[in-house]
Amino acid sequence: MYSLAPLIVLFPLLGFLFNGFFGRKIKNETIVGSIGTLAVASSFVVALLIFIEMLGTPIEERKHIVTLFQWIAAGSFSVNVAFQVDQLSILMTLIVTGVGSLIHLYSIGYMHGDAGFWRFFTYLNLFIFAMLNLVLADNYLLMFLGWEGVGLCSYLLIGFWYDRNFEKGTTGDAAKKAFIVNRIGDFGFLLAMFLIFNTFGSLTYESVFAQAAGFSTGESLMFWITLLMFVGATGKSAQIPLYVWLPDAMAGPTPVSALIHAATMVTAGIYMVARSSILFSLAPATMEIVAVVGLLTAFFAGTIGLVQNDIKKVLAYSTVSQLGYMFLAVGVGAFSAGLFHVMTHAFFKALLFLGSGAVIHAMHDEQDIQKMGGLQKYMPWTFRTFVIGSFAIAGFPLLSGFFSKDEILWKAFADGAPWMWVIAALAAGVTAFYMFRLVSLTFLGKERFNHHHVHPHEAPKTMLIPLLILALFSIIGGYVGIPHVLGGHNYFEEFLEPVFAGANAKMMLPMHDSAALELGLMAASVAIGLLGMFAGWKIFTEKPEIAENTAKRFSGLHKLLWNKYFVDEAYDAMVVNPIKQTSDKFLWKIFDVKIIDNTLNYSAKFVEATSNIFRRIQTGVVQSYAVVFVAGILFILGYLIVW
Amino acid sequence: MNNILTYTLFSPLVGIFLLLFINKEKQSLIKYIGIAASLATFALSLFVYFGFDAANTQLQFVEKYPWIAALDISYFVGVDGLSILLIVLTTFLTPIALIASWESITDRLKEYVSFMLLLEVGMLGVFLSADLFLFYVFWEAMLIPMYFIIGIWGGKDRIYAAVKFFIYTMAGSLLMLIAILWLGYYASTLPDGYFTTNLLKLYAIAPGIPMGIQVWMFLAFALSFAIKVPLFPLHTWLPDAHVQAPTAGSVILAGVLLKMGTYGLIRFCLPLFPQASFQFTPLLATLSVIGIVYGALVAMVQTDVKKLVAYSSVSHLGFVVLGIFSMTEEGMQGAVIQMINHGLSTGALFLLVGMIYDRRHTREIAQFGGLAKVMPVFSTIFMIVTFSSIGLPGLNGFVGEFLILLGSFNSMFLGSFWYAAIAATGVIFSAVYMLWMCQRVFFGKITHEENRSLLDLTKREIALIIPVLFFIVWIGVYPSTFLKPSAAFTKQAVTQLQNAKSGNIVPTGAMGK
Repeated sequence: MYSLAPLIVLFPLLGFLFNGFFGRKIKNETIVGSIGTLAVASSFVVALLIFIEMLGTPIEERKHIVTLFQWIAAGSFSVNVAFQVDQLSILMTLIVTGVGSLIHLYSIGYMHGDAGFWRFFTYLNLFIFAMLNLVLADNYLLMFLGWEGVGLCSYLLIGFWYDRNFEKGTTGDAAKKAFIVNRIGDFGFLLAMFLIFNTFGSLTYESVFAQAAGFSTGESLMFWITLLMFVGATGKSAQIPLYVWLPDAMAGPTPVSALIHAATMVTAGIYMVARSSILFSLAPATMEIVAVVGLLTAFFAGTIGLVQNDIKKVLAYSTVSQLGYMFLAVGVGAFSAGLFHVMTHAFFKALLFLGSGAVIHAMHDEQDIQKMGGLQKYMPWTFRTFVIGSFAIAGFPLLSGFFSKDEILWKAFADGAPWMWVIAALAAGVTAFYMFRLVSLTFLGKERFNHHHVHPHEAPKTMLIPLLILALFSIIGGYVGIPHVLGGHNYFEEFLEPVFAGANAKMMLPMHDSAALELGLMAASVAIGLLGMFAGWKIFTEKPEIAENTAKRFSGLHKLLWNKYFVDEAYDAMVVNPIKQTSDKFLWKIFDVKIIDNTLNYSAKFVEATSNIFRRIQTGVVQSYAVVFVAGILFILGYLIVW
Repeated sequence: MNNILTYTLFSPLVGIFLLLFINKEKQSLIKYIGIAASLATFALSLFVYFGFDAANTQLQFVEKYPWIAALDISYFVGVDGLSILLIVLTTFLTPIALIASWESITDRLKEYVSFMLLLEVGMLGVFLSADLFLFYVFWEAMLIPMYFIIGIWGGKDRIYAAVKFFIYTMAGSLLMLIAILWLGYYASTLPDGYFTTNLLKLYAIAPGIPMGIQVWMFLAFALSFAIKVPLFPLHTWLPDAHVQAPTAGSVILAGVLLKMGTYGLIRFCLPLFPQASFQFTPLLATLSVIGIVYGALVAMVQTDVKKLVAYSSVSHLGFVVLGIFSMTEEGMQGAVIQMINHGLSTGALFLLVGMIYDRRHTREIAQFGGLAKVMPVFSTIFMIVTFSSIGLPGLNGFVGEFLILLGSFNSMFLGSFWYAAIAATGVIFSAVYMLWMCQRVFFGKITHEENRSLLDLTKREIALIIPVLFFIVWIGVYPSTFLKPSAAFTKQAVTQLQNAKSGNIVPTGAMGK
């Protein structure tokens, strides 16, 4: 079965090629959509078969490497196109292809009638192909191929409706911003690869990690390697300071937001850190930076989400915030907890985005939640699944988000610091609040839309089925990781343990067995979450004036949040504009044109001018030549006589 | 096929000869003859390519006939791992450039086709020569057709651009000529020595030239090549030449001519003057890194698409020079393949810009917008080439850039990772200038009514670009095909440099007869 791993990657590639070359001619949405969806579903089936086989094999035999061909080789450098199938990569593959298939299916309904239907499925398949390379690669360079490949697809899909306006510009602006900001991160990733090759003489995981085991903790080299990698991660996974592209990425069609900008691509950074866990474990300083950046992102992005009115924007900031949680987890060394949240988040956030897509669809492209309300009546199934997703993300007990978030909170407390727990728990409260604000404003309360123009309706089946399946997993997805303190058996952690064994050995985290403390903190965080949910629901269904008054009283703070802390503006003022202005006004128009070019042109003019002077000697008048001739003779004679 | 190189080299002349007998009114026939001649050259070069033994580091298919026997100047040609791909690149791009001029050139067509074919001879000669004097002749000969191509079939300021191009290059090459003569003279001062321009003989003795003299000779060669590359701050002829040149001229200029500079650095500067090369490595590496960033920043703010692509060449070629002076196998192989990559990607970009210019007679970015809607095929192809140019993994540009950066990051000759680290910011800036341009040209709404009726690419235009795209993908996915030919050559070159650095091998100073 393991040897079939390349098929997982191949199917979406075939789907991409087929739809890319023939989709335009075929024009039949059923064919194009089915091929796109089946390509991903086939990959899922293969991945599932491999996964089942893996469960049946002894732990030490679960890792396999399937090599296809040598990719780039020069001098002592060589990397292969080769896939490493192990617990971590198969988990990611299942998430990507599983959620991916559902979102492809959903898109058949969502994109119905769009002129670029075939193009959409082409890009979507290409994305899955790139993402699978990212998670299945057996070396950093192939991971980078996937890494940039998903960036490309993200670019293409954000700007999918390339002639539409989006906020101050067009969707193209948003797409470009996403790609460029990601490139800044990729710059870090590249440098990290150079350092890794310099240190280990290879970019292949096996070789690098085996050698890394021989390093001792705290070397500055490891600090730089991991820090640069993390720079890459902050780009792809939208963390401070590079998160600014993700909210704008909502310019793309909603299934894209669900698949790429919530469930899969943006978790690549967490995957990268987890995959390199042994390197990170050798650099405690980087780990601390990862944890703090994650924590701050979780909190600040959450606060921005509190006041946004665009249904997708709220979810976007929520994604940034949730990704922050995942980094907090891996930063304190709880790698499997981070991945657990990657998985549950993929379920409930994809669900929420697809739900919001159904709403937008029903509302004729309206995204402002202030212009919705009362939709529960018109789209009951969307409403129900959306509420399940909201409960899950808010950490309502026994839903999937509860288990994963709680594990992160506990690890932040136990392996990080108590203050980390405090901020993370606060952020959880904020999450619960804005999610239920969203639910209330969208589905409950008064209908605030114009009935003449908008006739909300329930989504078609191809859209509802994915919602229902994702809702199911949002409920039960956490049961694979019930903590010991609740009497469960954390299968999830146990399954991934061998991947992180090397890192765990390096970190030597203290043992905690204070069940009372763990339960106490759990109760506290659940209480905070419930409070947030209740407040969000109560205020926005019954007493919206509370929100308005608060906004007025703290108008400065509200303005700050509403404008997202003015980070975009600050970047423009401090980085983008200075570079543009200097390049235009100085480098080009002064340095290039005036200084370099004029130096040349004037030196040419100088030659011309001097030649003009000497040219006068060539008068053509014989008498003057004779004068010079005589003068010369006299000069030479004088010279000879004097000496 | 003993004389395959000579056949390849001079086969375009057959086309010119035939054209002599054709009435200049028979435009189609002239085109067909030009294309047929260049395709024949391409076919011949494929014989060379498939007969080439990549494991052999010696010159292959060597032909040597005395020319000026008294000075040991000979017609001496051969290929090795450095030149083989450049030869094929030249013969590959020439027919494409000719076909690209199918409709855009009607005035003095016969002369035009003749000049293009003559140019091809010059370019091939530069890459094939194993005699410095012969090399110089081709180097200069190639200037003339290019001068006329820009000066006659160019844009509004074509005379200024052509003269600038000519004088710039000429100034550099005169210094090189002096250095060549000096080299030959130096050979004659050795015990049992005699004047020679035979490159292989000079390889054996030149590294022994005293440092005080070697430095000047290195500088004379390097300046000439640096102008051609062009290396910052000697690049200002390039944007003018590109903007004024007709499409085919730009394709050849960017695709092949610029490579002669980087080729010369590897072929002559490093092996002839290794000690001087070491001494000037920091300078040249610094200039190339400045060029990478500077070229990208200036490209970013251009308003003319063609000028933007021209400045991007300054940036891309900076990578190549950096790779060369990393003097590592990774860096040098990266440089060699990046020359090919740049030829393909930038060649394709100029082709595409030419296609839109043919339709709209403008290249101002502000005149476009929303083209994706009216010209989907054109836009798609342009985007693919764009991503090749900005080094997206899976396409060709990445392979070269990555190897260059990897090599220079770990190079003991550069001695610092900072060169690579700063050069790597080019990865960000290239995305900025290309994507910003693409966005303004292709996306958004159609803002100019004239663009609404633009026709998408014709079959001929698609057929023209497809072969380039094919290699863009091939090199990206399976670069081994194109890395292997230069592997053995690079290994040997780097070993020799390392030996020179450590002083292991003292040049014998002996000259073979």
